Amino acid sequence: MDWLNAVVQGTLLGGLYALFAAGLSLIFGVMRLVNIAHGDLIVLAAYLGLTVTTATGMHPLLALVLVVPVMAAIGYALQRGLLNQTLGDDLLPPLLVTFGLSVIIQNALLEGYTADPQKLSAGALETASFGLGGLTLGVLPALTFAIAVVVIWGLQRVFYHTPLGRAFRAVSDNQDIAQLMGLNRRHIFGLAMALALAVTAVAGILLGIRTSFDPSIGGGRLIFGFEAVIIGGLGNLWGTLAGGVILGVAQTVGAKIDPGWQILSGHIAFLIILAVRPNGLFPRISA
Amino acid sequence: MTKIFRTPTRRAFLTGATAAIAAPALLKSTRAYAATPTLKIGHVSPRSGPLAGFAEADDFVLKGIEAALSSGLQNNGKNWNVEIISKDSQSNPNRAAEVAADLILGEEVDIIVAASTPDTVNPVADQAEINEVPCITTDCPWQPYFFGRNGVPGEGFASTYHFFWGLEDVIGAFLDMWGGSGVAKNVGGLFPNDADGNAWGHPELGLPTPLAAAGYDLVDPGRYQPLSDDFSNYIAAFKEAGCEIVTGNMIPPDFATFWAQAAQQGFNPKIVTIGKALLFPSVIESLGDRGDGLSSEVWWSPNHPFASSLTGASAKELAMGYTADSGRPWTQPIGFKHALFEVVADVVKRAADLEDPKAITAAIAGTLLDTIVGPVDWSNGPINNVTKTPLVAGQWQKGDSGFELEIVANSAAPQIPVTADLKLLG
Repeated sequence: MDWLNAVVQGTLLGGLYALFAAGLSLIFGVMRLVNIAHGDLIVLAAYLGLTVTTATGMHPLLALVLVVPVMAAIGYALQRGLLNQTLGDDLLPPLLVTFGLSVIIQNALLEGYTADPQKLSAGALETASFGLGGLTLGVLPALTFAIAVVVIWGLQRVFYHTPLGRAFRAVSDNQDIAQLMGLNRRHIFGLAMALALAVTAVAGILLGIRTSFDPSIGGGRLIFGFEAVIIGGLGNLWGTLAGGVILGVAQTVGAKIDPGWQILSGHIAFLIILAVRPNGLFPRISA
Repeated sequence: MTKIFRTPTRRAFLTGATAAIAAPALLKSTRAYAATPTLKIGHVSPRSGPLAGFAEADDFVLKGIEAALSSGLQNNGKNWNVEIISKDSQSNPNRAAEVAADLILGEEVDIIVAASTPDTVNPVADQAEINEVPCITTDCPWQPYFFGRNGVPGEGFASTYHFFWGLEDVIGAFLDMWGGSGVAKNVGGLFPNDADGNAWGHPELGLPTPLAAAGYDLVDPGRYQPLSDDFSNYIAAFKEAGCEIVTGNMIPPDFATFWAQAAQQGFNPKIVTIGKALLFPSVIESLGDRGDGLSSEVWWSPNHPFASSLTGASAKELAMGYTADSGRPWTQPIGFKHALFEVVADVVKRAADLEDPKAITAAIAGTLLDTIVGPVDWSNGPINNVTKTPLVAGQWQKGDSGFELEIVANSAAPQIPVTADLKLLG
């Protein structure tokens, strides 16, 4: 039963990792951009949630109504104003720019919100639980997992069943030809980043309800996002969810053996998959 | 390439050599010309980064100290101006060493001080020790300070001195608090895999041995990595062992994760006493109602019956002054940051010769001062170069005006009054 509990808790944790990773997966899939500032953007979203909830007294989940569009707007502006200038044949300039962005966001948050740890107060939701076949599951982790599934399903739907998704896939396959076909790739990239940061907003709010956060916490969360993306296969959204779950289960099962192994066993699972399937478990079928 | 070296002439050599020989005499006597000489104090503190909470009151404390020292300090019948140069360690030990070296070699400070965790204190003290600059530090348990710097008991250090408490005091304060509560003696331990966690969880030097000696069963599943997202295995182990007390040394995000998951999975301990994570009122406030009743060690509080030797202000006046100045609740490092400069001012008054670092160091070693955090006296420390200030145990209790840190156990320092009884959780 203990082992089953570890696996189930790990699966639910995987939902959170998948949400961390979904935005990364999306922008890498569309524009081959590795966003080092992703973790800090998650923390930024959590702080925006904090501002909204303290200003209006809203429930943090309700605050998503405001935080998601704000983050999407930030994403579009960021992409059009800054990141588009760095995209090209070389992977390095955007990588370095996002690295700098990460430092800037951290320090701006420190300046604006101080180093105090903050938490989004979600009332009874934080501690509520329910029994399932002898296991006790928290409502919040279960909700997080459900949201992750819905978000991934939604992104998948956008990608393969809408004109916007067709545009994403087109610029992803060949930027120049897509441009010739009348797509403005700068605009498309802006929309992709907007969508990615909208997902980040959801991840940030859920992180903020789950634990306390301070401006420096983003970097530590980034690594799990990257690992989930790579385990699942680059650019594959359902794969990202699977990657998150594998990472979460590896961590809790490792911790069951010895708590010191919690983070390590996640990394080992990542390493094994990287060694056996360098493209991840379910790489996107590329043209 | 053009040739730029010229053969030295006899005249040029003589001019240069004379200037070189004469220069030190000129430099040495410059100070004597000034009517009031200036003493420079370097201060290193983590103003930004993850440890910034420890330094949030720096500006307030320094403003008070500068006001108190505005007319200078008397040393051997002569008035000295005091200049404090403060630098940010950015919560990074490498950066702390860099700014300390900069203060010592660039600004040529006469005394260097530092506070807040081994990550700030140790690199600064190491730089001071190499450069033989007198150094006073605080706000870091003495074991990581002394053993973390490879100190040899019996030998100690030449120029660096430290005042704070040690792990034995924390353990004593915790046992004191739990002893009177009457809960089951099953303790769950949460120790991260970092410098503090390994020291607290160390089989001989940490909590396990004294806890066993006092009749407690400690369940220690192992060291977790800081910033873990899941504590379900710990919670399962604690539930199985019937733990009614949870203790450890955590950072705030890890504690928040643990505490929410504990509630989700129906684990309700009666006492939760955690070092480090529960020091600051902002952390407790962020936990909402779940913050009520958590307990922690207390190094300093407005109720400590001590007063500043520099300004005469009581602990309460200093703490309330910060609240009035900033609109924020008082924090424990305020008292220690103030006391650090109290000791410096006292040393400056007593030093036999302020031009001589060795005389300043001797004055530090001979300190016997009642500060706002208690007596500082390096002649009776637990180990060379270290002296201890009193430590008690406290509990966060929700009152009418928000959370108050009430002192609930004081047998190690009876002069600090108990302000409330320990309340059990749940």
